[in-house]
Amino acid sequence: MGDLDDALITFTEEAKELLNEMESSLLALEDNPGDSETVNTLFRAMHTIKGSSGLFGFSEIVAFTHEAETVLDQVRNGEKTIDDELISVLLGCKDHTVNLLEHCICSPEEGLPDELKSVGVKLVTLLTGNEPNKGSLSAISNSPNAPVENMGAAEDLAECWLISLAFKSDAFRMGVDPLSFLRYLKTIGDIQNVLVITSEIPEHDFDPESCYLHCKVAFKSDADKQTIEDVFEFALDDCDINILPPNSKNEEYLALLDDLPEDHVPRLGEMLIEIGVLTNNDIDKAMQKQSTAEKGGEGQPLGAILVEQQVAQPSIVEKALEKQQKVKKKVAAEASFIRVDSNKLGQLINLVGELVISGAAMDLLVGKHGLSDVEEVAETMNTLVSNIRDIALDLRMVPIGETFSRFRRVVRDVSKELSKNIELKITGGETELDKTVVERINDPLTHLIRNSLDHGIETPEERIQAGKPEKGNIELTARHESGHIIIQIIDDGAGLNKEKILAKAISNGIIPEGHKLTDQETYNLIFAAGLSTKAQASDLSGRGVGMDVVRRNIEALRGNVNIDSVAGKGTTITIQLPLTLAIIDGFMVEAGSERYILPLSTVEECVEMNSGEWEVDDVQSYVNLRGAAMPYLRLADYFGSKKEQKGNRQSLVVVRSGGDKAGFVVDELHGEHQTVIKPLGKLFEHVAGLTGATVLGDGNVALILDVQGLIEKAKA
Amino acid sequence: MAIDVKIKSDLITHVVIQEEMTIYTVLEQKNELIPCLKADAELQLDLSGVAEIDSAGMQLLIYMKQEAIRLNNRFSLYHHSQAVVEVVDLLNLTSFFGDSIVLPVGWGE
Repeated sequence: MGDLDDALITFTEEAKELLNEMESSLLALEDNPGDSETVNTLFRAMHTIKGSSGLFGFSEIVAFTHEAETVLDQVRNGEKTIDDELISVLLGCKDHTVNLLEHCICSPEEGLPDELKSVGVKLVTLLTGNEPNKGSLSAISNSPNAPVENMGAAEDLAECWLISLAFKSDAFRMGVDPLSFLRYLKTIGDIQNVLVITSEIPEHDFDPESCYLHCKVAFKSDADKQTIEDVFEFALDDCDINILPPNSKNEEYLALLDDLPEDHVPRLGEMLIEIGVLTNNDIDKAMQKQSTAEKGGEGQPLGAILVEQQVAQPSIVEKALEKQQKVKKKVAAEASFIRVDSNKLGQLINLVGELVISGAAMDLLVGKHGLSDVEEVAETMNTLVSNIRDIALDLRMVPIGETFSRFRRVVRDVSKELSKNIELKITGGETELDKTVVERINDPLTHLIRNSLDHGIETPEERIQAGKPEKGNIELTARHESGHIIIQIIDDGAGLNKEKILAKAISNGIIPEGHKLTDQETYNLIFAAGLSTKAQASDLSGRGVGMDVVRRNIEALRGNVNIDSVAGKGTTITIQLPLTLAIIDGFMVEAGSERYILPLSTVEECVEMNSGEWEVDDVQSYVNLRGAAMPYLRLADYFGSKKEQKGNRQSLVVVRSGGDKAGFVVDELHGEHQTVIKPLGKLFEHVAGLTGATVLGDGNVALILDVQGLIEKAKA
Repeated sequence: MAIDVKIKSDLITHVVIQEEMTIYTVLEQKNELIPCLKADAELQLDLSGVAEIDSAGMQLLIYMKQEAIRLNNRFSLYHHSQAVVEVVDLLNLTSFFGDSIVLPVGWGE
């Protein structure tokens, strides 16, 4: 019964129940042949199965049960006596009906197999004493005794809406009269057939003021579902109404489904409402059922509920789901990527860089010649150029998640190898950064994570001893922060051993004895070349050659790395990286006739240096800015350019990197500047405090400052 | 009184229902009619006087019919009024009751 139509489940169950009842009634009749009530039960069973089968268009069952029903009717009316012979024939009828039912449900497309047919003919002959005429088995008899619920052949029903009305017992008292609906239905279409289900009427305690009637109506109309549903609008509270669109409409609906726009992924309900299979009311009911079911812990897809409630044909629901999948795929395909040679992208970025530079040149000339009418055009162009720049750079942005998720495997394998129990948590995987940065951060990250796995997280035994959960955690997070991306590797391991690091650093001659390092600086020593505290190097890390390489790699990306640790609680490694390597929004300053560019995102504020409002400690190079003391650095002095102080109006540019602040003293502020980063030549690579250079509009070169590095210098 | 009960003989009871069979009258009518429904007897319901019948009234008739079958009572409806015919027809219950419906002359005009 694998592909049993869901809509039929109720029918099948009901029919099987009735047939079982029929069997036991028949067996009871053997002992007590005169029991009219039992005969009645038999009659009702055949009667109801015939009616429901008609609804589903199982004409074979209808035809066969009709014969059995006729005989039972005769028995009931005393025209025929029931004897053992008839009982065994009727038992055969019951079995045959079961088989027919099975056949109709499992393979509704196929005709009756010969075997079933011949059994049917035999039984009918035994029942009636006549050979069934061809007509009565294939079509429904039109004899005057024809049952009321003979709803007509399947072809007729195909055109009909099937409306089930299950009235609640209070319906009459609430002033709801089923008849009025039928009468009203007549005004918007043809009632092809009505089946009144009377089986709910109780034998005992019949309360004539309660409603026990259920109706199934085959209704032929051109009206849409909403119109039909509106007929029952004011009875919604007193009646469960299911309206199943006609089969003949299926094709129309399927066509409509096909025509639905494919620009977004629609929800199943939305689609079905749009093509008119369902009304909002249907969906509301189904959703309500769904949420109740979910609360009960047995969730069910909406489609299944709709079919079960008999408000939509399974075929349409299936098709709609198919369509949904298709649209989903299509939308996904549309949103997918085209492969572009990264060189082409590189060229584009370079060109955009040139465009930015020549835009700046144009600006300069416009300003120089005071061409106010050109200024506006130039302004527009600059806006466009910066938009193009952003988009071009954005092309190279990729989410870091993919890189991150590769570490799941690393963590899994390594923790197995080390027999540790470690879980990796990833957050912020959607954070985007330049593809080249992503590629080049992979190795350092791998190294850092292995380090955490190897040295950071303790073995399960150690962890339990330390009163921590057996399972260690490593968290990998990424987020944007003021024009940078911050990547953190947080573990809840043992933390760094300060004493060990210091001892090692001193013995390796990295720091002198009697140093005055802060904790932070001590921890950062592990990035120094030639320091490994682990007595025995493992495969994974700890050769003392890794961490300094990590730092170099990160610094090569104009980023920096910091480590913080609490003994026994864990270690946090923070990597700060620029979003892109190509173009930045810069802030241009001038000191000693040289121009310098600071990344705009690092600039906090600019104030007048010698305003007398702040205390300036010239000896220690500290300035007390509104109560916050910070080191300052005279850029002209630092880079050794000629001192040529224009007047005395120097400015202090306050910059921040990470948690550190410092001031740069400059002669002049030139303001924002789109900066295309050009790498410095080999010769200048080792000049501290510089990360690159850029070409200005007038052809001059400006140096791009390494803010983090300069802050360190200022503090020193 | 909406119901006239005439006992024709030991076996045949003849009941004429007047005016209406609706939610407002069904309780009373049921209480009157049920005693008339005796096992192995016959009950004839004359519906000629029923000017109005609603679903509740029809449900009562359906119940009576079912009950009659249980009691082996030959239960029949006759002289259907136009209102009754319309409802029986609407609900497709003609053959359920199995009574011959005589359409009065001029019916449906």
